[in-house]
Amino acid sequence: MTRSQIKPIIEALIFVADQPIQLKEICQAISEEEPQEIQEALLELVKDFNGRESGLEIREISGGWRISTRPFYHEHIRRYLKTKPSAKLSLASLETLAVIAYKQPITIPEILEIRGVSSSSAIKTLLERRLIVPKGRKDCVGRPIMYGTSKEFLIQFGLKDLSELPNIEDFEELLTN
Amino acid sequence: MSVLTENSSNSAKAPYQIKLEIFEGPLDLLLYLIKKEEIDIYDIPIAHITEEYLKYVQLMQELDIDFASEFLVMAATLIHIKSKMLLPVSTTELNELENVEDPRNELVNLLLEHKKFKSAAEMLWSRAEVEQGVFTRAPLESDKENPEVAATVFDLVAAFKSLLDKRKEQLQVEIANDKITLTQKINEIKNLFKTENKISVSKLFLKASSKAEMVIIFLAVLELTKESIIGLLQTETFGEIIAIKIHDTFTNKANN
Repeated sequence: MTRSQIKPIIEALIFVADQPIQLKEICQAISEEEPQEIQEALLELVKDFNGRESGLEIREISGGWRISTRPFYHEHIRRYLKTKPSAKLSLASLETLAVIAYKQPITIPEILEIRGVSSSSAIKTLLERRLIVPKGRKDCVGRPIMYGTSKEFLIQFGLKDLSELPNIEDFEELLTN
Repeated sequence: MSVLTENSSNSAKAPYQIKLEIFEGPLDLLLYLIKKEEIDIYDIPIAHITEEYLKYVQLMQELDIDFASEFLVMAATLIHIKSKMLLPVSTTELNELENVEDPRNELVNLLLEHKKFKSAAEMLWSRAEVEQGVFTRAPLESDKENPEVAATVFDLVAAFKSLLDKRKEQLQVEIANDKITLTQKINEIKNLFKTENKISVSKLFLKASSKAEMVIIFLAVLELTKESIIGLLQTETFGEIIAIKIHDTFTNKANN
Protein backbone atom coordinates (compact mmCIF):
# COMPACT_ATOMS: atom_id res chain seq x y z
CA MET A 1 0.00 0.00 0.00
CA THR A 2 1.09 3.54 -0.51
CA ARG A 3 1.22 5.94 2.37
CA SER A 4 -1.85 7.80 1.15
CA GLN A 5 -3.72 4.48 1.28
CA ILE A 6 -2.58 3.67 4.84
CA LYS A 7 -3.42 7.04 6.34
CA PRO A 8 -7.22 6.87 5.87
CA ILE A 9 -7.25 3.38 7.41
CA ILE A 10 -5.46 4.68 10.50
CA GLU A 11 -7.86 7.62 10.68
CA ALA A 12 -10.84 5.24 10.60
CA LEU A 13 -9.28 3.09 13.33
CA ILE A 14 -8.66 6.06 15.63
CA PHE A 15 -12.25 7.17 15.11
CA VAL A 16 -13.73 3.81 15.93
CA ALA A 17 -11.66 3.05 19.05
CA ASP A 18 -13.50 3.91 22.25
CA GLN A 19 -10.23 4.27 24.17
CA PRO A 20 -7.09 6.01 22.91
CA ILE A 21 -5.73 3.50 20.38
CA GLN A 22 -2.11 2.43 20.67
CA LEU A 23 0.32 2.22 17.77
CA LYS A 24 0.65 -1.49 18.59
CA GLU A 25 -3.08 -1.99 18.07
CA ILE A 26 -3.02 -0.08 14.80
CA CYS A 27 -0.16 -2.28 13.60
CA GLN A 28 -2.13 -5.41 14.49
CA ALA A 29 -5.09 -4.18 12.46
CA ILE A 30 -2.91 -3.32 9.43
CA SER A 31 -0.76 -6.42 9.74
CA GLU A 32 0.13 -6.41 6.04
CA GLU A 33 2.32 -3.33 6.50
CA GLU A 34 5.61 -2.80 8.35
CA PRO A 35 5.24 -1.13 11.79
CA GLN A 36 7.87 1.43 10.81
CA GLU A 37 5.84 2.49 7.78
CA ILE A 38 2.64 2.63 9.84
CA GLN A 39 4.25 4.81 12.47
CA GLU A 40 5.44 7.26 9.84
CA ALA A 41 2.01 7.28 8.21
CA LEU A 42 0.40 7.90 11.61
CA LEU A 43 2.60 10.90 12.37
CA GLU A 44 1.94 12.30 8.91
CA LEU A 45 -1.79 11.77 9.35
CA VAL A 46 -1.75 13.61 12.70
CA LYS A 47 0.12 16.50 11.08
CA ASP A 48 -2.32 16.68 8.14
CA PHE A 49 -5.41 16.23 10.29
CA ASN A 50 -4.47 18.86 12.86
CA GLY A 51 -3.16 21.17 10.16
CA ARG A 52 -6.64 21.52 8.72
CA GLU A 53 -7.68 23.47 11.82
CA SER A 54 -11.08 21.83 11.86
CA GLY A 55 -13.28 21.32 14.91
CA LEU A 56 -11.66 17.97 15.55
CA GLU A 57 -8.13 17.05 16.46
CA ILE A 58 -6.05 13.91 16.90
CA ARG A 59 -4.17 13.91 20.18
CA GLU A 60 -1.85 11.53 21.95
CA ILE A 61 -3.41 10.66 25.32
CA SER A 62 -2.34 8.03 27.82
CA GLY A 63 -0.07 6.25 25.36
CA GLY A 64 -2.64 6.12 22.57
CA TRP A 65 -4.26 8.28 19.90
CA ARG A 66 -7.71 9.80 20.07
CA ILE A 67 -9.97 11.97 17.95
CA SER A 68 -11.75 14.62 19.98
CA THR A 69 -13.23 18.07 19.59
CA ARG A 70 -10.94 21.02 20.12
CA PRO A 71 -11.33 22.53 23.60
CA PHE A 72 -11.89 25.90 21.92
CA TYR A 73 -15.39 24.89 20.77
CA HIS A 74 -16.65 23.67 24.14
CA GLU A 75 -19.21 26.44 24.60
CA HIS A 76 -21.16 25.62 21.47
CA ILE A 77 -21.00 21.92 22.15
CA ARG A 78 -22.25 22.42 25.70
CA ARG A 79 -25.06 24.62 24.46
CA TYR A 80 -26.12 21.79 22.17
CA LEU A 81 -25.64 19.02 24.75
CA LYS A 82 -27.17 21.20 27.48
CA THR A 83 -24.44 20.24 29.96
CA LYS A 84 -22.50 22.35 32.40
CA PRO A 85 -18.90 21.91 33.43
CA SER A 86 -18.90 20.21 36.78
CA ALA A 87 -16.40 20.48 39.60
CA LYS A 88 -15.49 16.85 39.79
CA LEU A 89 -13.11 16.72 42.73
CA SER A 90 -12.87 18.62 45.99
CA LEU A 91 -9.83 20.74 46.68
CA ALA A 92 -8.64 18.22 49.27
CA SER A 93 -8.87 15.39 46.75
CA LEU A 94 -7.08 17.42 44.09
CA GLU A 95 -4.25 18.30 46.46
CA THR A 96 -3.89 14.67 47.46
CA LEU A 97 -3.93 13.70 43.78
CA ALA A 98 -1.20 16.28 43.06
CA VAL A 99 0.98 14.83 45.81
CA ILE A 100 0.46 11.29 44.50
CA ALA A 101 1.05 12.31 40.87
CA TYR A 102 4.41 13.90 41.67
CA LYS A 103 5.65 11.59 44.41
CA GLN A 104 4.43 8.20 43.20
CA PRO A 105 4.69 5.52 44.32
CA ILE A 106 3.82 6.94 47.71
CA THR A 107 2.28 5.56 50.92
CA ILE A 108 -0.47 7.13 53.04
CA PRO A 109 1.91 8.11 55.90
CA GLU A 110 4.14 9.87 53.37
CA ILE A 111 1.17 11.79 52.01
CA LEU A 112 0.25 12.78 55.56
CA GLU A 113 3.73 14.15 56.04
CA ILE A 114 3.49 16.45 53.04
CA ARG A 115 -0.11 17.55 53.48
CA GLY A 116 0.03 17.80 57.27
CA VAL A 117 -3.39 16.22 57.44
CA SER A 118 -4.77 12.73 57.20
CA SER A 119 -6.02 12.17 53.64
CA SER A 120 -7.83 8.85 53.89
CA SER A 121 -11.21 10.08 52.65
CA ALA A 122 -9.58 11.84 49.70
CA ILE A 123 -7.71 8.63 48.89
CA LYS A 124 -10.95 6.67 49.04
CA THR A 125 -12.57 9.09 46.57
CA LEU A 126 -9.58 8.89 44.22
CA LEU A 127 -9.63 5.09 44.34
CA GLU A 128 -13.35 5.01 43.61
CA ARG A 129 -12.85 7.32 40.63
CA ARG A 130 -10.02 5.04 39.51
CA LEU A 131 -7.67 8.01 39.28
CA ILE A 132 -5.16 6.22 41.49
CA VAL A 133 -4.30 2.55 41.87
CA PRO A 134 -2.31 0.54 44.41
CA LYS A 135 1.25 -0.01 43.20
CA GLY A 136 2.50 -2.73 45.50
CA ARG A 137 3.80 -2.45 49.04
CA LYS A 138 6.71 -0.54 50.44
CA ASP A 139 9.52 -2.60 51.86
CA CYS A 140 9.50 -1.10 55.36
CA VAL A 141 7.86 -1.69 58.74
CA GLY A 142 4.17 -2.47 58.31
CA ARG A 143 4.56 -2.90 54.53
CA PRO A 144 2.16 -0.03 53.73
CA ILE A 145 0.44 0.07 50.31
CA MET A 146 1.95 2.46 47.78
CA TYR A 147 -0.27 4.40 45.41
CA GLY A 148 0.27 5.83 41.95
CA THR A 149 -1.83 7.42 39.22
CA SER A 150 -3.80 5.33 36.71
CA LYS A 151 -4.44 5.43 32.97
CA GLU A 152 -7.75 7.08 33.74
CA PHE A 153 -5.81 9.91 35.39
CA LEU A 154 -3.91 10.56 32.15
CA ILE A 155 -7.14 10.54 30.16
CA GLN A 156 -9.06 12.85 32.48
CA PHE A 157 -6.26 15.37 32.68
CA GLY A 158 -5.37 15.11 28.99
CA LEU A 159 -1.81 13.85 29.43
CA LYS A 160 0.27 11.86 27.00
CA ASP A 161 2.24 10.37 29.87
CA LEU A 162 3.50 11.42 33.30
CA SER A 163 6.49 13.25 31.84
CA GLU A 164 4.02 15.76 30.42
CA LEU A 165 3.22 17.06 33.90
CA PRO A 166 4.88 20.44 34.48
CA ASN A 167 8.04 20.16 36.54
CA ILE A 168 7.26 20.53 40.25
CA GLU A 169 10.42 22.60 40.75
CA ASP A 170 8.95 25.22 38.41
CA PHE A 171 6.25 25.78 40.98
CA GLU A 172 8.98 26.45 43.49
CA GLU A 173 10.53 29.09 41.24
CA LEU A 174 7.11 30.62 40.85
CA LEU A 175 6.88 30.86 44.62
CA THR A 176 10.29 32.38 45.23
CA ASN A 177 9.96 35.01 42.50
CA MET B 1 -11.13 19.94 58.07
CA SER B 2 -13.13 23.08 57.62
CA VAL B 3 -13.99 25.94 59.91
CA LEU B 4 -17.17 26.81 58.22
CA THR B 5 -19.50 26.16 56.10
CA GLU B 6 -22.23 25.47 53.68
CA ASN B 7 -22.94 22.16 55.29
CA SER B 8 -23.37 23.70 58.74
CA SER B 9 -27.00 23.86 57.65
CA ASN B 10 -27.38 20.20 58.44
CA SER B 11 -26.20 20.57 62.02
CA ALA B 12 -29.50 21.39 63.64
CA LYS B 13 -28.05 22.75 66.84
CA ALA B 14 -26.27 25.64 65.16
CA PRO B 15 -28.62 28.60 65.42
CA TYR B 16 -26.64 30.68 62.96
CA GLN B 17 -24.28 30.07 60.11
CA ILE B 18 -20.62 30.93 60.23
CA LYS B 19 -18.54 31.36 57.14
CA LEU B 20 -14.81 31.25 57.55
CA GLU B 21 -11.98 30.17 55.35
CA ILE B 22 -11.63 26.46 54.74
CA PHE B 23 -8.59 25.03 56.42
CA GLU B 24 -7.76 21.65 55.13
CA GLY B 25 -5.16 21.18 57.87
CA PRO B 26 -2.73 23.02 60.15
CA LEU B 27 -0.38 23.86 57.27
CA ASP B 28 -3.27 25.48 55.43
CA LEU B 29 -4.17 27.53 58.47
CA LEU B 30 -0.56 28.67 58.88
CA LEU B 31 -0.31 29.66 55.22
CA TYR B 32 -3.54 31.61 55.57
CA LEU B 33 -2.21 33.46 58.62
CA ILE B 34 1.09 34.21 56.88
CA LYS B 35 -0.78 35.69 53.95
CA LYS B 36 -3.23 37.59 56.11
CA GLU B 37 -0.51 39.12 58.28
CA GLU B 38 1.69 39.78 55.22
CA ILE B 39 4.56 37.87 56.73
CA ASP B 40 7.76 36.88 54.91
CA ILE B 41 7.66 33.10 54.86
CA TYR B 42 11.46 32.93 55.24
CA ASP B 43 11.42 35.06 58.39
CA ILE B 44 8.36 34.12 60.39
CA PRO B 45 7.89 36.03 63.68
CA ILE B 46 7.22 32.82 65.54
CA ALA B 47 5.83 34.36 68.77
CA HIS B 48 3.29 36.39 66.82
CA ILE B 49 2.20 33.59 64.52
CA THR B 50 1.88 31.16 67.44
CA GLU B 51 -0.41 33.59 69.18
CA GLU B 52 -2.57 34.03 66.08
CA TYR B 53 -2.63 30.29 65.47
CA LEU B 54 -3.73 29.50 69.00
CA LYS B 55 -6.50 32.08 68.69
CA TYR B 56 -7.91 30.17 65.76
CA VAL B 57 -7.59 26.83 67.47
CA GLN B 58 -9.42 28.28 70.46
CA LEU B 59 -12.10 29.66 68.19
CA MET B 60 -12.59 26.24 66.67
CA GLN B 61 -13.01 24.75 70.10
CA GLU B 62 -15.50 27.42 71.12
CA LEU B 63 -17.49 26.84 67.98
CA ASP B 64 -17.53 23.21 68.96
CA ILE B 65 -16.03 22.18 65.68
CA ASP B 66 -14.84 18.65 65.66
CA PHE B 67 -11.30 19.41 64.62
CA ALA B 68 -8.46 17.12 63.84
CA SER B 69 -5.73 16.35 66.34
CA GLU B 70 -3.20 17.50 63.75
CA PHE B 71 -4.08 21.08 64.68
CA LEU B 72 -2.98 20.44 68.25
CA VAL B 73 0.22 18.76 67.14
CA MET B 74 1.07 21.86 65.10
CA ALA B 75 0.29 24.10 68.11
CA ALA B 76 2.75 22.07 70.16
CA THR B 77 5.35 22.30 67.37
CA LEU B 78 4.98 26.08 67.20
CA ILE B 79 5.40 26.46 70.95
CA HIS B 80 8.40 24.16 70.82
CA ILE B 81 10.06 26.30 68.13
CA LYS B 82 9.22 29.45 70.07
CA SER B 83 10.87 28.14 73.23
CA LYS B 84 13.91 27.00 71.25
CA MET B 85 14.34 30.48 69.84
CA LEU B 86 14.17 32.01 73.30
CA LEU B 87 17.03 29.87 74.56
CA PRO B 88 20.44 31.50 74.26
CA VAL B 89 22.79 29.79 71.85
CA SER B 90 25.72 28.32 73.71
CA THR B 91 29.17 29.71 72.99
CA THR B 92 30.49 26.45 71.60
CA GLU B 93 27.62 26.43 69.13
CA LEU B 94 28.35 30.07 68.27
CA ASN B 95 31.89 29.09 67.39
CA GLU B 96 30.60 26.79 64.72
CA LEU B 97 28.07 29.30 63.51
CA GLU B 98 27.30 27.59 60.26
CA ASN B 99 26.13 24.56 62.20
CA VAL B 100 23.52 26.47 64.18
CA GLU B 101 20.30 25.77 62.41
CA ASP B 102 17.37 28.10 62.60
CA PRO B 103 14.70 26.14 64.53
CA ARG B 104 12.14 27.45 62.06
CA ASN B 105 13.77 25.84 59.03
CA GLU B 106 11.94 22.56 59.20
CA LEU B 107 8.58 24.28 59.42
CA VAL B 108 9.42 26.67 56.56
CA ASN B 109 10.39 23.73 54.35
CA LEU B 110 7.13 21.98 55.17
CA LEU B 111 5.17 25.12 54.33
CA LEU B 112 7.00 25.65 51.04
CA GLU B 113 6.49 22.01 50.04
CA HIS B 114 2.82 22.27 50.90
CA LYS B 115 2.48 25.47 48.88
CA LYS B 116 4.12 23.81 45.92
CA PHE B 117 1.57 21.03 45.90
CA LYS B 118 -1.24 23.53 46.29
CA SER B 119 -0.08 25.16 43.05
CA ALA B 120 0.19 21.73 41.47
CA ALA B 121 -3.42 21.06 42.50
CA GLU B 122 -4.47 24.33 40.88
CA MET B 123 -2.65 23.30 37.72
CA LEU B 124 -4.53 19.98 37.73
CA TRP B 125 -7.78 21.84 38.29
CA SER B 126 -7.28 24.03 35.23
CA ARG B 127 -6.18 21.05 33.13
CA ALA B 128 -9.33 19.16 34.13
CA GLU B 129 -11.38 22.22 33.23
CA VAL B 130 -9.90 22.35 29.73
CA GLU B 131 -10.32 18.58 29.33
CA GLN B 132 -13.97 18.87 30.31
CA GLY B 133 -14.42 20.98 27.22
CA VAL B 134 -13.14 18.15 25.07
CA PHE B 135 -15.57 15.62 23.74
CA THR B 136 -15.01 12.33 21.99
CA ARG B 137 -17.58 10.52 19.94
CA ALA B 138 -20.48 8.95 21.81
CA PRO B 139 -20.02 5.25 22.57
CA LEU B 140 -21.05 2.91 19.80
CA GLU B 141 -23.50 0.11 20.45
CA SER B 142 -20.70 -2.42 20.15
CA ASP B 143 -18.62 -0.77 22.88
CA LYS B 144 -21.04 -2.05 25.47
CA GLU B 145 -20.40 -5.66 24.65
CA ASN B 146 -16.73 -4.99 24.87
CA PRO B 147 -15.63 -5.85 28.41
CA GLU B 148 -12.81 -3.34 28.50
CA VAL B 149 -13.21 -2.38 32.13
CA ALA B 150 -11.36 -4.97 34.15
CA ALA B 151 -12.80 -5.60 37.58
CA THR B 152 -10.58 -4.66 40.51
CA VAL B 153 -10.20 -6.36 43.87
CA PHE B 154 -12.37 -3.56 45.27
CA ASP B 155 -15.24 -4.50 42.97
CA LEU B 156 -14.80 -8.10 43.98
CA VAL B 157 -14.85 -7.30 47.69
CA ALA B 158 -17.91 -5.09 47.20
CA ALA B 159 -19.69 -7.84 45.28
CA PHE B 160 -18.77 -10.35 47.96
CA LYS B 161 -20.08 -8.08 50.69
CA SER B 162 -23.41 -7.53 48.96
CA LEU B 163 -23.80 -11.29 48.60
CA LEU B 164 -22.97 -11.84 52.24
CA ASP B 165 -25.56 -9.23 53.19
CA LYS B 166 -28.14 -10.94 50.99
CA ARG B 167 -27.52 -14.28 52.61
CA LYS B 168 -27.30 -13.04 56.17
CA GLU B 169 -30.72 -14.25 57.21
CA GLN B 170 -30.37 -17.66 55.69
CA LEU B 171 -27.04 -18.13 57.34
CA GLN B 172 -28.21 -17.63 60.90
CA VAL B 173 -28.17 -21.27 61.77
CA GLU B 174 -24.73 -22.64 61.24
CA ILE B 175 -24.30 -26.36 61.38
CA ALA B 176 -20.86 -27.78 61.66
CA ASN B 177 -20.29 -28.45 58.00
CA ASP B 178 -17.84 -30.59 56.17
CA LYS B 179 -14.56 -28.82 55.88
CA ILE B 180 -13.84 -27.70 52.36
CA THR B 181 -10.26 -26.88 51.60
CA LEU B 182 -9.06 -24.13 49.34
CA THR B 183 -7.41 -26.68 47.05
CA GLN B 184 -10.67 -28.59 46.68
CA LYS B 185 -12.47 -25.40 45.80
CA ILE B 186 -9.87 -24.35 43.29
CA ASN B 187 -10.11 -27.74 41.57
CA GLU B 188 -13.89 -27.53 41.64
CA ILE B 189 -13.83 -24.16 39.88
CA LYS B 190 -11.20 -25.39 37.44
CA ASN B 191 -13.48 -28.30 36.58
CA LEU B 192 -16.34 -25.91 35.91
CA PHE B 193 -14.13 -24.11 33.41
CA LYS B 194 -13.45 -27.32 31.54
CA THR B 195 -16.87 -27.02 30.02
CA GLU B 196 -17.55 -23.30 30.32
CA ASN B 197 -15.64 -20.34 29.00
CA LYS B 198 -17.16 -17.76 31.27
CA ILE B 199 -19.06 -17.94 34.52
CA SER B 200 -20.63 -15.11 36.46
CA VAL B 201 -18.81 -14.78 39.78
CA SER B 202 -22.05 -14.41 41.72
CA LYS B 203 -23.12 -17.79 40.35
CA LEU B 204 -20.08 -19.39 41.97
CA PHE B 205 -21.23 -18.07 45.32
CA LEU B 206 -24.81 -19.25 44.96
CA LYS B 207 -23.87 -22.85 45.70
CA ALA B 208 -22.23 -21.99 48.99
CA SER B 209 -23.95 -23.45 52.02
CA SER B 210 -22.14 -21.43 54.67
CA LYS B 211 -20.26 -18.26 55.19
CA ALA B 212 -17.05 -20.24 55.55
CA GLU B 213 -17.59 -21.77 52.16
CA MET B 214 -18.20 -18.37 50.60
CA VAL B 215 -14.93 -17.17 52.03
CA ILE B 216 -13.17 -20.19 50.53
CA ILE B 217 -14.78 -19.50 47.15
CA PHE B 218 -13.69 -15.88 47.36
CA LEU B 219 -10.13 -16.93 48.14
CA ALA B 220 -10.20 -19.50 45.37
CA VAL B 221 -11.30 -16.85 42.85
CA LEU B 222 -8.51 -14.55 44.02
CA GLU B 223 -5.97 -17.35 43.80
CA LEU B 224 -7.05 -18.41 40.32
CA THR B 225 -6.93 -14.78 39.18
CA LYS B 226 -3.48 -14.35 40.66
CA GLU B 227 -2.27 -17.42 38.85
CA SER B 228 -3.81 -16.00 35.64
CA ILE B 229 -5.86 -19.13 35.21
CA ILE B 230 -8.99 -17.06 35.04
CA GLY B 231 -9.52 -13.36 34.37
CA LEU B 232 -12.13 -11.08 35.86
CA LEU B 233 -14.15 -8.76 33.67
CA GLN B 234 -16.81 -6.22 34.38
CA THR B 235 -18.68 -4.80 31.44
CA GLU B 236 -20.00 -1.74 33.24
CA THR B 237 -19.44 0.05 36.53
CA PHE B 238 -21.13 -1.83 39.40
CA GLY B 239 -22.17 -4.47 36.88
CA GLU B 240 -21.90 -8.19 37.05
CA ILE B 241 -18.36 -9.56 37.42
CA ILE B 242 -17.59 -12.36 35.01
CA ALA B 243 -14.81 -14.89 35.40
CA ILE B 244 -13.37 -15.95 32.08
CA LYS B 245 -11.04 -18.74 31.17
CA ILE B 246 -7.61 -17.64 30.02
CA HIS B 247 -6.87 -20.27 27.44
CA ASP B 248 -3.19 -21.04 27.22
CA THR B 249 -2.37 -21.08 30.91
CA PHE B 250 -5.61 -22.82 31.76
CA THR B 251 -5.07 -25.89 29.72
CA ASN B 252 -1.53 -26.34 31.02
CA LYS B 253 -2.47 -26.05 34.65
CA ALA B 254 -5.62 -28.08 34.42
CA ASN B 255 -3.65 -31.01 33.10
CA ASN B 256 -1.32 -31.00 36.07
